[in-house]
Amino acid sequence: MFEHYLSLFISSVFVENMALAFFLGMCTFLAVSKKIDAAFGLGVAVVVVLAITVPVNNLIYNGLLREGALTWTGIAGAENIDLSFLGLLSYIGVIAAMVQILEMFLDKYVPALYNALGVFLPLITVNCAILGASLFMVERDYNLGESVVYGAGAGVGWALAIVALAGIREKLKYSDVPAGLQGLGITFIVVGLMSLGFMSFSGVQL
Amino acid sequence: MKAIRKLLDAMEPHFHKGGKYEKWYALYEAVDTIFYSPPSVAKTTAFVRDGVDLKRIMITVWFCTFPAMFFGMWNAGYHANTAIDAGFGSLGGLRESFVVLLGAGSYDPNSIWDNIIHGATYFIPIYAVTFIVGGFWEVLFAMRRGHEVNEGFFVTSVLFALILPSTIPLWQVALGITFGVVIGKEIFGGTGKNFLNPALTGRAFLYFAYPAEISGDAVWVAADGYTGATALSVAYQDGMASLQQQLSWWDAFIGVMPGSIGETSTLAIFIGGAILLLTRIASWRIMAGVMLGMVFTSTLFNMIGSETNAMFAMPWYWHLVIGGFAFGMVFMATDPVSASMTNQGKLVFGALIGIMTVLIRVINPAFPEGIMLAILFANLFAPLIDSMVVKANIKRRMLRNV
Repeated sequence: MFEHYLSLFISSVFVENMALAFFLGMCTFLAVSKKIDAAFGLGVAVVVVLAITVPVNNLIYNGLLREGALTWTGIAGAENIDLSFLGLLSYIGVIAAMVQILEMFLDKYVPALYNALGVFLPLITVNCAILGASLFMVERDYNLGESVVYGAGAGVGWALAIVALAGIREKLKYSDVPAGLQGLGITFIVVGLMSLGFMSFSGVQL
Repeated sequence: MKAIRKLLDAMEPHFHKGGKYEKWYALYEAVDTIFYSPPSVAKTTAFVRDGVDLKRIMITVWFCTFPAMFFGMWNAGYHANTAIDAGFGSLGGLRESFVVLLGAGSYDPNSIWDNIIHGATYFIPIYAVTFIVGGFWEVLFAMRRGHEVNEGFFVTSVLFALILPSTIPLWQVALGITFGVVIGKEIFGGTGKNFLNPALTGRAFLYFAYPAEISGDAVWVAADGYTGATALSVAYQDGMASLQQQLSWWDAFIGVMPGSIGETSTLAIFIGGAILLLTRIASWRIMAGVMLGMVFTSTLFNMIGSETNAMFAMPWYWHLVIGGFAFGMVFMATDPVSASMTNQGKLVFGALIGIMTVLIRVINPAFPEGIMLAILFANLFAPLIDSMVVKANIKRRMLRNV
C-alpha cells in the first residue's frame, strides 16, 4: 500500500511533471519565475491548494457527479443520473472557493505565511495546473487517498520546476541574449530545454 | 614567428572600426589569438590568481580527450574489422578508398594500424563536420553579435564528436551540433553564458529526434547488417551473469566493447581525467560527487534487489566502466559553465548526477544509458544549488556576527 502511494507520488513529481511534461500552468510559470524567493512562495501555495482541492473534487465527483453516485439519496431512478457534465463547473468553483477559504484562514491564523504568499494565492485560482490535476484525477479514477497523494505530488513537481526555472533565470541575468529574444522569448526556450532535461524520466513505469 | 606577427599587424587596421573588413574582426581576432596571447592583458596584480587563461584551459581539455579519441578510433575500427572478418560487409563508400589508400585495403582486426585507419575513416568525418558546421555558427554569431570566437568551441566540438556512435549519418551530426551550439549556447550570448552543456544538448536533441540512428543495437559497430548490443543493454536484457560471460571487467575498463566512439575506454578517459585534475582544470569536487552518488545509489539498489529487473544487481564497479559514465563524469559534468560554482554546490551537483545516472539506468526502461540526461537534469538545478549555498552562507555569517 505504502509502496503504491510512494510510486504515485514520485511519478507525479517527476515523470508527469505538471509544468515540464504537460506544460500546464504556463502563465504563472513564466510570469512569476524571475526571482527564486517569489517562485518558492508561489510553489508552496500551489502545493497547498492542490493537496486540498484534488481530494475535495474527488469527494464531489464520487459523491455527487459520477453516474450512479446519487444512489445514496434514495431518489427513484437515482442510479441512472449522470451529472458529470457539471464537472468543469464544479471543479473550478471548488478551486475558487477553496482558495478563498484558505486565504481567509491563513490571514486569520497564520499571518506570516499569508504575507509571504501575498498575491499568489488568489492568482492560482485560475492556474490551469490546478484544474488540470483535478481533471487528471477524474480521468484516472483515483480514490480519496490516491488523490491526496497525487495532488501533493503534482504540486511539489510544479513547485520544483518553477524554482529551478527561477534559478536559471537569475543566472541568465548575466547572459547576453539577443534583443529580439529578451524576456519571455528566451524563457520559452529555457523551458523547452528544461523539459528536455526532464525527459530523463519519461518512460519510467512506477 | 616574427613573420606571422608582422603579417597580422599589417592586416590589423583593416579589421578595426571603419576598416575595410570591419565585419570580419572576430575571425581576425580568432586567428591572431591562436598564434599569440591576446594583447589585452591585465597589467596590475589585483585579480591575478593564476597564469592560466581560458584559452589554455580549453586547449588542455582538448588535449586531454586525445587518449580517449585515439583509443576510440582503434576500438571502432577493431569492432568493425572483427565483424567484417566474420563475414559481414563493410559499409563501403568513400571510406573504402581511404582504407585502401592507407591500410593496403585489409580489414584485419589483429593489426593495430588497420583498426585505427578504419576507425579514423568514421571518426574524422564526424569530427570534421562537427568542427566546420559548429565553427560556422560560432563565427557567424561572433561576427553578428560582436563577441570573440571562443576556444570553448574546441572542447564542445570534440566532446560532441566523441559521444556519437561511429555509424551516425553526417547530416545528423551537422544538425546536432547546430542545435547544441545555437540553441544550447549562442542564443544565451556565447561561452560562459549558457546554462546547459552544449555538446550534451546537441546529443540529447539527436537522441530524441532520431532515436534509430543513435540508440539500439545496430548502430554501434560499423559493419553492414551487424548488430551488437552495448554492455548496458546486454545487462539490462539478459542480466549481469550473461554480461560477465561476454565481457570481463578488465576488457570493459580498457574499453574493448561497442559503444559511442570516445566513451568506451575508462582507462583512456582516466588518463585525460588525471591531467585535468593535476592541472586543477576540472573540479575534483564534481568528480567526487558523481562517483559517490553513483556508488551510493548502485549499492542501495544492490541491497534492495529485484526479481524482474536485472539492472538492480549491477555493482558500482561495473556501472563505472560501462556506458558513458566515465566520460560524462570526467569531461561533461565538470564543464565549468553549466555546473555549480560554489564548493559545496559542486559536491551536491555531482552527487545529483551520480544518483540520477544510476536511477535512469536501473529503473527507466526507456533509456539504457543515463549519464547524458542526468547531467542535463543536474544542469537545470545547478543555479538553484548555488543560490541555496550562497544563502546558507549569508545566514551563517549573519548569525556569527550578531
